[in-house]
Amino acid sequence: MATWVIAGLTWHELVRRKLVLALLALTAIVIGVSGWGFSRVPHLHLAGQPLTQGEIHTAAAQLLLLVMFMFSFVLALTCAFLAAPAIAGELESGIAQGLLARPLRRRELVLGRWLGLSLTIAVYTIFSTTLEFALVRWTTGFWPPQVVAAEAALFVEGLVLLTFTLALSTRISAITAGVIAVIAFGAMWLGGVAGAFGQVFHNAAITNVGVITHFLLPTDGLWHAAVYAMEPSSFAAAAIRGLNSSFESASGPTVWYLVWVAVWLTAALGLALFSFENREA
Amino acid sequence: MADPSPPPTAGEPIESGSGAGPLPSSPAIHVSQLTKRYGHTVALAGLSMTVPRGEVFGFLGPNGAGKTTVVKLLLGLARPTSGEGMLLGSPLGSREARRRVGYLPELFRYQGWLKAKEVLELHCRLAQLDRAAWPAAITGALTTVGLSERADDRVAGFSKGMQQRLGLGVALLGDPQLVLLDEPTSALDPVGRHDVREIVRGLRDRGVAVFLNSHLLSEVEQVCDRVAVVDHGRVIAAGRLDELLATPQVRVRCTGLSAAGHQGLGAFGVVTEDEGWLTISGIDQSRVPDLVTAIIEAGGRIYAVDPGQQTLEERFLQLIEAA
Repeated sequence: MATWVIAGLTWHELVRRKLVLALLALTAIVIGVSGWGFSRVPHLHLAGQPLTQGEIHTAAAQLLLLVMFMFSFVLALTCAFLAAPAIAGELESGIAQGLLARPLRRRELVLGRWLGLSLTIAVYTIFSTTLEFALVRWTTGFWPPQVVAAEAALFVEGLVLLTFTLALSTRISAITAGVIAVIAFGAMWLGGVAGAFGQVFHNAAITNVGVITHFLLPTDGLWHAAVYAMEPSSFAAAAIRGLNSSFESASGPTVWYLVWVAVWLTAALGLALFSFENREA
Repeated sequence: MADPSPPPTAGEPIESGSGAGPLPSSPAIHVSQLTKRYGHTVALAGLSMTVPRGEVFGFLGPNGAGKTTVVKLLLGLARPTSGEGMLLGSPLGSREARRRVGYLPELFRYQGWLKAKEVLELHCRLAQLDRAAWPAAITGALTTVGLSERADDRVAGFSKGMQQRLGLGVALLGDPQLVLLDEPTSALDPVGRHDVREIVRGLRDRGVAVFLNSHLLSEVEQVCDRVAVVDHGRVIAAGRLDELLATPQVRVRCTGLSAAGHQGLGAFGVVTEDEGWLTISGIDQSRVPDLVTAIIEAGGRIYAVDPGQQTLEERFLQLIEAA
């Protein structure tokens, strides 16, 4: 019960502080600009000839992956900025002490913050991506093959970084937690790029860097899961031939990888709860 | 300067006073040998005390003495290194105890994006008050702290004093049996301070125990039944105010006193000097004429003799200096 009170308070805060309004406005701008871009694709020419429907789909898919890559980056930053002060900021300001003097369990405060932020991120992800996908279909006719899987992977990617940052926020200052989270996200992306290079040059050591980073903080692994769900089958075929980059995936995530992500999330949330339970307020 | 009465040793129980009316048998606060260390720093060294229900208890000390640490230990915001205690008959920091406690933190900050009444509503929820009781509780709290007309204003627009008033309103929600006030008037003007004193007196009249953490001695002197003085994590004096201030003293404004004459006054009590005034503490009041004679015989010229009551501030400074 108290968990939902805190979750509701978190949502209320994001609305009152105009974060939801800002996200809606930014989404509208991105949709508007990218919509104009996608609407031009069917009118492009290649060697003086209009594009075939297949070429239009390929171009739209490439552009969509680029837009979604930026979206996943923005989502990750949003998650880090939201979660970093969620506990640390309240402790630093003294607001948390007032709340914890009530018959509120510490785990209810952490879970409530996590739930409130997670639901906000879920709504934002589903709303923005669905709108973008619909726009692409309307303007170019391309529709990603696995929309639900793509949205789920993008949301869980954000959720991983949000949970990681929240766990940091129970122990270190908001600014430090945010910086660590952003750097960790960037490092995992670089690890994924390094792993792709390793595959191209058949270097096991470099390839393993990508594998390890996919398990260490599964943000890049989930981005590739989202890519696989959004790309046409021709992109996957290209990736199998050794062109596996941030914008192509040879295969979807295995069941074991999804199980690992679930275990990772549970462990990170458990760590956040344990950490806050055992610190002084 | 020596203290005329020996302070209690750290950990010596502070004896309980009398409560108001028929109240539950368990005291509002009871702690035994409560210790808190942060690394090598001792924030609290073996505090033992009992505060009965319905009593206003002043907890005094200079900055960094360990006052806020005690409040945090009582509420479970921090964990003791050793020792134990009960709040309203429940273990320190337990949810059962917190259900019946009101708290105004030293660092009073509330969600600036909420309206004043919404902050109170949030605390009604967290305090698990019956929803039917919320409107009366919120209106009552706002009226008591003088914020009725600002109920619909966002806290972000409040002055520090108004935020402290709001914090006091939060602490009063839900008929608490114990109210912990950590420096409750630090941001208030004289009118606000007067209001706080009236609120504290009102709580005592209703049988609510108040733990007043403060270094503003004049307000403590006006409302507290008993006090404890803490310094460097140790209780250096405790008891009823009249007992604590019982040390008799006389102040004499004089000039021309020889060094030998000054030294000779030590026979009457503990002598201190401040801006031309000599204060002789612990003097038997019947010997004041002898003191005057001794000063004149030592070459002193007397302008005023004040056999006044020692203030809490004077006693406090005396204790801190002696400690």
